[in-house]
Amino acid sequence: MTALLAATPAHLTVKIAYLSILPMLALLGGALVILVWSSLLRRPLETVWITSLTVLAATAALVLSLMQYFDVIHHGAHVAIDGAIVSDGFSAFVAVLVSAAVVVAALVGDGWLQQETIRGPEFHVLVLVSASGAMVMGAANDLIVVFLGLEILSIALYVLAAFNARRRQSGEAALKYFVLGGFSSAVFLYGIALVYGSTGTTNLPQIASYLAQNYVLHNGMLLAGLALLLVGFGFKAAAVPFHLWTPDVYQGSPSPVTGFMAAVAKVGAFAALLRVFVSSFGLLRADWQPAVWVIAVASLLLGASVALVQRDIKRMLAYSSINHAGFILLGLQAGSTKGVEGSLYYLFAYSFLALGSFAVISVVGGPGDGRHGLDRYRGLARRQPWLAGALALFLVAQAGIPPTTGFWAKLEVLQAAAGAHSYALAVIAMLSAVIAGFFYLRVVVLMYSPAGATGDGAATGTIVDTVEPARAVGDEGEPVGVAPGGEAGSGAVALLEADTGESAEPLVIPGTTGIALALCAGATVVLGIYPAWLTDFAHQATLLFHP
Amino acid sequence: MSVPYQWDIVLSMLLFSIGAVGVLVRRNILVMFMCIELMLNAANLAFVSFARHLNDVAGQAIVFFVLVVAAAEVVVGLGIVVAMFRRRRGATADDFHLMKG
Repeated sequence: MTALLAATPAHLTVKIAYLSILPMLALLGGALVILVWSSLLRRPLETVWITSLTVLAATAALVLSLMQYFDVIHHGAHVAIDGAIVSDGFSAFVAVLVSAAVVVAALVGDGWLQQETIRGPEFHVLVLVSASGAMVMGAANDLIVVFLGLEILSIALYVLAAFNARRRQSGEAALKYFVLGGFSSAVFLYGIALVYGSTGTTNLPQIASYLAQNYVLHNGMLLAGLALLLVGFGFKAAAVPFHLWTPDVYQGSPSPVTGFMAAVAKVGAFAALLRVFVSSFGLLRADWQPAVWVIAVASLLLGASVALVQRDIKRMLAYSSINHAGFILLGLQAGSTKGVEGSLYYLFAYSFLALGSFAVISVVGGPGDGRHGLDRYRGLARRQPWLAGALALFLVAQAGIPPTTGFWAKLEVLQAAAGAHSYALAVIAMLSAVIAGFFYLRVVVLMYSPAGATGDGAATGTIVDTVEPARAVGDEGEPVGVAPGGEAGSGAVALLEADTGESAEPLVIPGTTGIALALCAGATVVLGIYPAWLTDFAHQATLLFHP
Repeated sequence: MSVPYQWDIVLSMLLFSIGAVGVLVRRNILVMFMCIELMLNAANLAFVSFARHLNDVAGQAIVFFVLVVAAAEVVVGLGIVVAMFRRRRGATADDFHLMKG
C-alpha cells in the first residue's frame, strides 16, 4: 500500500477543500483545546473560562459556516473529500443553525452547572462534540458519513443524558436512550447495507444516478433498506412509532441537555433524512411518501393528544416535540423544494423555542433540577415576571401564534403540504395544532393565574383557605416571599407565596441563562416580525441544494 | 466451488433478527448490549458479502468504520451501566421504572 502510494501519489492523495469542514473542525478544535487546557492545570478550570471558550468556538463555527454559505453562493455547491462531504446551501444552513444552538446551549449549561455546583469541562466538551456530529449529518454526502455523524451526535448525547450523577433518573434516561439509540443505529446501518447491496454504492449522488439509470421495479431489498433507514431516522427524530424513548429520556436528562437534545439531535436527524430521501431517493418518492404520511399523521395526533394529560412539564414538552416532528415531516412528505425549505425553517424556529423553553425549565426546576410538575408554574408570573414572560413567549410561539417564528414555521410547512396536494395531511396538521395550542396555553394561563387559584383544576396539594393565619405570619418573616418588582413586602403576596409551599423559595436566574433566554426570545420575536430574512435563507439554502 | 452470496445475506438477516428480537425481549442490560453488537455485526457481514458480490472494496472498508463506532458505543454504554449499577446487584431493565406515563 505504501509502495502504491509512493508510485502514484497524484491518484491516491485526496484533495481536501477545508472550508467545507472548517465549521466542524472549529467545534472539535474548541473541544480539544478545552480538554487539553483543563487537564494541564492543577486545579479545575473555572467554568466561566470553559463557557467562554465554547461560545468562542461556536461563534467561530458560525462565522465559518456563513463564509461557507457565501462561498457556495459565489462558486456553487461542490463535494469535498472524495465525495464524502458536500458543501452546499443546505449544509451551510444546518451548520449555522447548529453553531447558533451551541452558543445558546453552552450559556444555558453554564447557568445549570453553577446552579448544581458541578465543575469540570466535560459538559461543554460533549456539547461541542455532539454538535459537530449534527453538522456532519447535515453535510454528509455518503450514507456511511451520515452514520458516522449520527454516532458522533448520539454517543456524546448518551453521556450528556447521564450527566447529573446525583439524580437516578438521569442515569435511567441515559440507559434507555443508549439501548434504544444503539438499536436504532444498528437498524439504520442494516438499512445502509441493504441499499449498498442493491445499488452498489453508499454515495448519495451515485445512488440517485443509479436509480435514474436503472429502472428499479419492486426491488424488495432496496425498499427494505429504505424502510430501515426511515426507522433509524424516525428514532432519532422522535417520530411516532419510534418515539417510545422520548418522554422518559426528556424527563430524566438534565434540563439543558434536554433542550440541546430537542434542538440539535432533531436538526441532525432531519437534515440527513431530508437530504437522503429527497435528493437520493427522490425517484422512489411514490414508495416512501405513503410511509412518511402515516408517520407524520401519527406523530401529529399522538404527540398533541398525549401531551394534554401530562403533569410534568418536561414530559409535556417531549410529546410536544413529537408533535413538532410531525410538522417537520410535512415538508418531507411534500418532497418538493418548498417542502425542504419549510422543514429547514421549522427546524430553525423550533430549535430556539426548545432551547429557550428548557432553559426556563432548568431555572424553575431549582437546585437538583428535580421539580418539574406543572403545579410549580402556578403563579410564576408574580414571582418571576421575566422568566414567566419568556416561557410564555416560547410556548405561544410553539402553539403557532402570529408574530413569532412558530407561526411562520407552521405556515411554511402547511403551504408546502398544500402545494403537494396533501390536503388531508394539512387539515390533520391544523387540527393537531389546535389540540396542541390548548396545552401550551394551559401552562401560560397557569403561570399568570394567581398562586393557589384553581386555574384548570389541576390536582395540587395547595388549598388557599386552609392556611392558618399564624403560619402565614411566620412565613412572612422568612425570605420566602422575595419577588421582583417590589411587591414582596405586601402581606397578601407573602401569604399566597406561602401557599405554594416548597416552590416559594426565590428563583435565581443565572446571568448566562439570562443571556441565552434573551437570545432565544430575540430570535423568536425579531425573526417572527421580519420573517423574510430567515425564509430567504432557507429558500436560498434549498436552491443551492446539491445535486 | 464457492457459496452463493445470497446465503451470506440470509445468514446476516438471521443474525440481525436474532439481535433485534433479543434487544426487545431480553431483560438483562448486558445481554441487550450483546444483541446490539450482534445486529451491528450482522450488518458488517452483509457489507462484506455484498462487497465480494459487487467486487467493490468500499463495502469492506465500511466494516472498519462500523467496528470503531461499535467499540466507542460499547465503551460509553458500559460506563453508564457501571455508573448505574454501583449500588445494585443485578443488571435488569425492569429495575428502571422511575419514569413512566
